[in-house]
Amino acid sequence: MKLRFSRKTLGIPYAVFLLFFVIIPMLVIVFYAFTDQNMHLSFGNFVAFFSDGTKLSTMVYSIVIAIVTTAITLLIAYPVAYILARSKLKKKHVLLLLFITPMWINFILRVNAIRELLSAIQLLGEANYFNTVLGMVYDFLPFMILPLYTTMLKIDGTLYEASADLGGNAFTAFFRVTLPLSTPGILSGITMVFLPSMTNYVVSDMLGNSKVTIIGKFIETYFGTDWHMGSMIALILLIIVMVSTLLSGGFRAEENVRGTSL
Amino acid sequence: MNRKRIALKCLKAGFVGLVLLLLYAPILLLAVYSFLDTNTIGTAGSFSFVHYAQLFQNESVLKMIGNTLLLAILSATLSTVLGTAGAIGIHYSKKRTRTLMTGVSQIPIINAEIVTALALAITFVAVGLGKSYFTLLIGHMVICTPFVILSVLPKLKQMDNSLYEAALDLGASPLSALFKIVLPQIIPGIISGFMLAITLSLDDYIVTFYTRPAGFDTISTYVYSATMKGNAHTAQTLSSFWALTTIIFVVILGVVLAANLAGRKKEKNK
Amino acid sequence: MAEHIIELQNVTKYFDDELIIENLSFYVNKGEFITFLGPSGCGKTTTLRMIAGFDLPSSGKILLNGKDISTLPPNKRPINTVFQRYALFPHLNVFENIAFGLKCKRVKNTYRNTEGAEYTKTEKLTKKEIREKVEKALALVDLEGFEKRSISTLSGGQQQRVAIARAVVNEPEILLLDEPLGALDLKMRKEMQIELKEIHKRLGITFIYVTHDQEEALTMSDTIVVMADGGVQQIGTPLKIYDEPANTFVADFIGESNIFTGTVVGKKKVKFCGKTFECLDEFDVNEPVDVVVRPEDIEICPPEQGVLKGKIISAVFKGIHYEITVSVGKYEIVIQTTRRRDEGEQIGMNILPDGIHLMKPKYTTNTYDGAITKKNTVRFGDGEWECDVTQLYAGSHLDEEGYLITAAGEKLDLTDVAVKVEVGLNDVSISDNPDEGGVMGHIISIIYKGDHYRLIVRTEENEEDFVFSTDDLWNENDYVSVIIPKEKIKLTLKNTEGKR
Repeated sequence: MKLRFSRKTLGIPYAVFLLFFVIIPMLVIVFYAFTDQNMHLSFGNFVAFFSDGTKLSTMVYSIVIAIVTTAITLLIAYPVAYILARSKLKKKHVLLLLFITPMWINFILRVNAIRELLSAIQLLGEANYFNTVLGMVYDFLPFMILPLYTTMLKIDGTLYEASADLGGNAFTAFFRVTLPLSTPGILSGITMVFLPSMTNYVVSDMLGNSKVTIIGKFIETYFGTDWHMGSMIALILLIIVMVSTLLSGGFRAEENVRGTSL
Repeated sequence: MNRKRIALKCLKAGFVGLVLLLLYAPILLLAVYSFLDTNTIGTAGSFSFVHYAQLFQNESVLKMIGNTLLLAILSATLSTVLGTAGAIGIHYSKKRTRTLMTGVSQIPIINAEIVTALALAITFVAVGLGKSYFTLLIGHMVICTPFVILSVLPKLKQMDNSLYEAALDLGASPLSALFKIVLPQIIPGIISGFMLAITLSLDDYIVTFYTRPAGFDTISTYVYSATMKGNAHTAQTLSSFWALTTIIFVVILGVVLAANLAGRKKEKNK
Repeated sequence: MAEHIIELQNVTKYFDDELIIENLSFYVNKGEFITFLGPSGCGKTTTLRMIAGFDLPSSGKILLNGKDISTLPPNKRPINTVFQRYALFPHLNVFENIAFGLKCKRVKNTYRNTEGAEYTKTEKLTKKEIREKVEKALALVDLEGFEKRSISTLSGGQQQRVAIARAVVNEPEILLLDEPLGALDLKMRKEMQIELKEIHKRLGITFIYVTHDQEEALTMSDTIVVMADGGVQQIGTPLKIYDEPANTFVADFIGESNIFTGTVVGKKKVKFCGKTFECLDEFDVNEPVDVVVRPEDIEICPPEQGVLKGKIISAVFKGIHYEITVSVGKYEIVIQTTRRRDEGEQIGMNILPDGIHLMKPKYTTNTYDGAITKKNTVRFGDGEWECDVTQLYAGSHLDEEGYLITAAGEKLDLTDVAVKVEVGLNDVSISDNPDEGGVMGHIISIIYKGDHYRLIVRTEENEEDFVFSTDDLWNENDYVSVIIPKEKIKLTLKNTEGKR
């Protein structure tokens, strides 16, 4: 026991940190979600959320925007990742890096740049939904490219040779080898784009001229007025996040854009 | 056959190039206009450093840049210390503790930032902490530390476990074995964790907005409120952000290039 | 009598409820070169790690020079280790690696102050002392001048030498070596074997060596501890272990052997392969025995002069000798000979008495504790089996409801009755089809016994073993299902009060 004492104990401060600043805040959210203004146990928020047409339609809106964003991102990212991963260029890693570099510029400044561009071509305030989706695609594209690229890179090159050897043409190679083997990348890319598209209200505020309300914005609005309803929506969002993370096969650290080393 | 191939190659290169161009278009546009003496993008102007001059003359802008950098360094340092110790603790714990802690540690990563921010803000207010520099620092640590864990843990896994045992075997105390042997092995993970924490803190808007003390601004919150509630600010402030964006872009490009060159040199030396 | 430098007393080790070492006791003499030999997973590395202090025994004691060190941390033990993959510190150069232990060391020096009173100070070794010691250690392993080299520029053999130097520079009482030559190629390994032996002689300290390579163990050791399944199979000198293996496992694991099932037919007379041979071991007449004959102990002669006659079915040149396989009736016998023989040749064979080693068979039958279920099946060995419960009571039969009616007409409910289950070695078979048998398990051991294989299948849940003979060739670690025909399951009641 003595032997490992000092190594294990190093984890204690972080365990305490997680308890106080991750677990307890989540429990506070749950507590507020299921209490009313007088701090009495109540399912009122839950019932109110699912019986209020505006709230539900915001939710649906938000999901539709997220789906459209994710689909467009996938359509652009997949060919990019495919071309990069199968390219024989020695410096393809640098090329990939070029797609990720914009991520390191301050998010707000980046969105602001699009805002300036949109205002220059006189779209700002004119096509709010289009602008929101455009901004999200622009911002979340690297989140999609990276997991796709890493999974495609892992595909054993001899599989293509085997496919050709067995008489398959380029199409069979793509549909029978690349596509099925890159599904894990597609799934994790989708989660990484879909979730922020539902919740990151900064984009919808700055580019949608505050006319587009997504679910994340909703929480913000309620934070000023009703913590209990805000917590309920946050809790629902939390459950959506957990479920979709589980559905996409868990969280993979190496595919996180932020985690990419220089 | 050959021509078909070349055409296909051009098509591929063209597509990748186009996506890249679109990706960089807004920033390049700002970069160009940051050197012109106009306050409206799309209008003509002549070459000038006026936006840069304005950026460095605006005291509140300079203050928020200072705030942002100090907060990033402080929270990244604390997160790195906490996260490195945490990762070592997690790595050497029993499987159940390890699974539990890595699982909980991932919550702030996969969770929507607004949920994390709201949960923290409500908790801080509920326990009477209110909003202060302390809560802001905690908020940033909550989003940074899990990423430090993520970059340190793999290095610990890669490390030959018998190195630590060898150090003990040769008479080192557990603590000095940790500092002399384990730490040097995982230092690349610690550095990349620290860099990650810096960028995350620099980038953050939502958590900062919910946990910051009154009157405190970072680049994110300042630019956001300036653009959204634009009336209070002059057009000059807004256009000085073009200069800020350009500076940050150049710095990042420089860092990326330098890191790449350094990496290639290292490989060559091997 | 030699001093016992290390003694293990009833040491047991569990890892997460898995039994790795079971009640292990032995001692190591001071100054000897002792080798733990066994297949992977036999517990030899765990034993070494407990001596080093990396793992602590779950129960039992480890004594160093008679003092209990069971819970002493490794940095406090006068023992150093050469690790399997060397565990050299990659961020330190050769000098810094070797000096690591010396820099950790504190020595008590006695001084006299100006008034002439003695006082002691705990001090680090001086830089000069460290440098001298490191140089000496490097000279010992023939790496003079390598101080400044970085670890990554060294070859495997050089890294190996640095690892040895790093351990012995601390002047330990015991040097532990955990398969240190495993990563080297054959030629390098042979060289290092000789060199290690040389270093052992020069230093005069105790070496405890772990390997799965029987040849390495035989060449280098003073004493070999053959281990399997978390326990000791045999301890002895290499010669003794080779010539007088304690059981068929040792015989099979060390060197080549022919293993037969035989019967003692008279005083120092044993019958196997259908013939009677003179031998040196004495057992009771009619006792079943395992017979081990080394391939080099079989003499080839003209067919008419041999006790055994057979036809050569394969002859392979092995460098120094030929290995030939002879078919004698239904038996196959392996012989090593230096003279060339050809396939198809008819030969006769003789075995001298000192070439025949008899040993008590480890397994004569499988026995289990079982219990009868509601459905009149029996549960044992991690499975449930069809059986004939009427054998428990002579003359009994089952009624339509499944109750047992004894000869006397008494009606008995057998549910949960504890029974002893016996299954013969020839009554078990295995299959790849998981539905066919009563339980699944992995094949953990295969020994060829002249005309059949002796297999052991172990279940996962409670590690129950099924030992049996088969003519079919299987592979170790195959996952198979165990089949026992209903009529071959012998049941006896356990508690006597059940018999009225």
